[in-house]
Amino acid sequence: MNSIRRALVAVFVLGLVRPLAALAAWNKEAFSAKSAGDALKNLGIANAQPSKDLTVEIPEIAENGAVVPIEISSTIPGTTALIVVIDKNPFPLITRFDFKEGALPFVKLNAKVGETSDVRVLAEAAGKYYVTTREVKVTIGGCGG
Amino acid sequence: MKLVAIAVTAAAAALLAVGASAQDTAKEIQRYRDMIAEGSPAELFELDGETLWKKPQGPKNVSLEKCDLGVGPGVLKGAYATLPRYFKDADRVMDLETRLLYCMTTLQGRAPEEITKRPFGSADKPSEMESLSAYIAAQSKGMKLEPGLSLPKEKGSFELGRAIFFQRTGAWDFSCASCHGQEGVRIRMQDLPVLYKPQFARPVIATWPAYRVSTSQFVTLQWRMNDCFRQMRTPEPTFGSETTVALIHFLTVTAQGETYNGPGIKR
Amino acid sequence: MPGPMKMRATLGQGFTDVRVLMTHPMETGQRKDSEGKLVPMHFIQNLTVKVNGKPVIEAQTSQAISRNPVFSFRLKGGTKGDKIEVSWVDNEGESNRTEVALA
Repeated sequence: MNSIRRALVAVFVLGLVRPLAALAAWNKEAFSAKSAGDALKNLGIANAQPSKDLTVEIPEIAENGAVVPIEISSTIPGTTALIVVIDKNPFPLITRFDFKEGALPFVKLNAKVGETSDVRVLAEAAGKYYVTTREVKVTIGGCGG
Repeated sequence: MKLVAIAVTAAAAALLAVGASAQDTAKEIQRYRDMIAEGSPAELFELDGETLWKKPQGPKNVSLEKCDLGVGPGVLKGAYATLPRYFKDADRVMDLETRLLYCMTTLQGRAPEEITKRPFGSADKPSEMESLSAYIAAQSKGMKLEPGLSLPKEKGSFELGRAIFFQRTGAWDFSCASCHGQEGVRIRMQDLPVLYKPQFARPVIATWPAYRVSTSQFVTLQWRMNDCFRQMRTPEPTFGSETTVALIHFLTVTAQGETYNGPGIKR
Repeated sequence: MPGPMKMRATLGQGFTDVRVLMTHPMETGQRKDSEGKLVPMHFIQNLTVKVNGKPVIEAQTSQAISRNPVFSFRLKGGTKGDKIEVSWVDNEGESNRTEVALA
């Protein structure tokens, strides 16, 4: 009994059991970068090659920049991550998705696009990077109602 | 002759380019609308609405589950598609929100001011009307819109709504028809639908109430009518007034027969 | 208390289609409230998708994801009864999760 209690105390003291928030990593530096170039550099992404196998579906015109749908699918063999960068956003890095065994390199999400901008989607596959770029024109619609 | 031919061809090409680009714009906007429709946050309001429908509230401490929305007490399936309609107990034509207000005051014993004080919510705190509207409207998805039109008061409400639609008023001397009365008109990038014509009213009425992405709010029909009046620079109508119900009635009758496909999602 | 979360998982052609909706303000820290005060940053930072308890997708997200986020994923294969869980954690340490069994 005593040894079990001692082991548990040790576990907590050593900080081996941490709250969920601390366990999940969030790349603060990359997400705080104010330019797309800095964000990519921070993620260690260089020499990204354009690829037709990295498909990005995104409307050319967004009726409102608050919700811009982006659908990404990679058929590049060995894709393990997808990254989205919106060049003109105040903080260009939007997201990084890491795919493990059991998931397909596919994601559809909604992003805020501050103004008409290039949207760059990158894929990481077998240590190399690939990129597909699309432009989204952001408008403000309606009567504002 | 040859120069004229070239000039004409160039002019035609230019015209074609302008025409084509307007069409491309419309196509791209439709693509935006289709993409955001796949997965609408309106569903989150439906979940909240279900909770509110079942929550005992007010001095009588009962839920809304015995509220008769037109097809029997507590029956939700297909109810929204029959509104607006005449209700004998209230002796008036009611839309969804006026009927909910009636049930909140009679069934739950709540004071009307408690609800009408803040009928339209905000992104951070939706009002009950929004969540309830989302939930109840969703129970009519896939059903044909068949608002009441056979009883004298229903006919009267429809006629009143039509008169209001075309009535110019307010600081700018606008009527609904000023924006929604002619084809080929738009505000910024949005084509304005001619709402007194069934073919244009149908796809619109079939997708309200709706989640507005630009404000992250779920907007009900009473709220949308209020917004229109505000944008026309007229005094805002009272929540659940004869005016707003008549207008909603007129629009729904104009769209009748259309398969309801809401709650929707808009810019 | 975070708002509702809803998930739908359906078997497609050799993959499972997952769509999840989350209630979250995703505040950028740049928006002003009705009194003109800046609303502080409050946004989801991490997402995890698990199948039968095993993480298959880990995501890091910024405040630029739209308010009330909606995500779609695709999982390889899929068998009836598979437990699919999506959870999130935000910058204030709040979290939420939802789970469905593949029908």
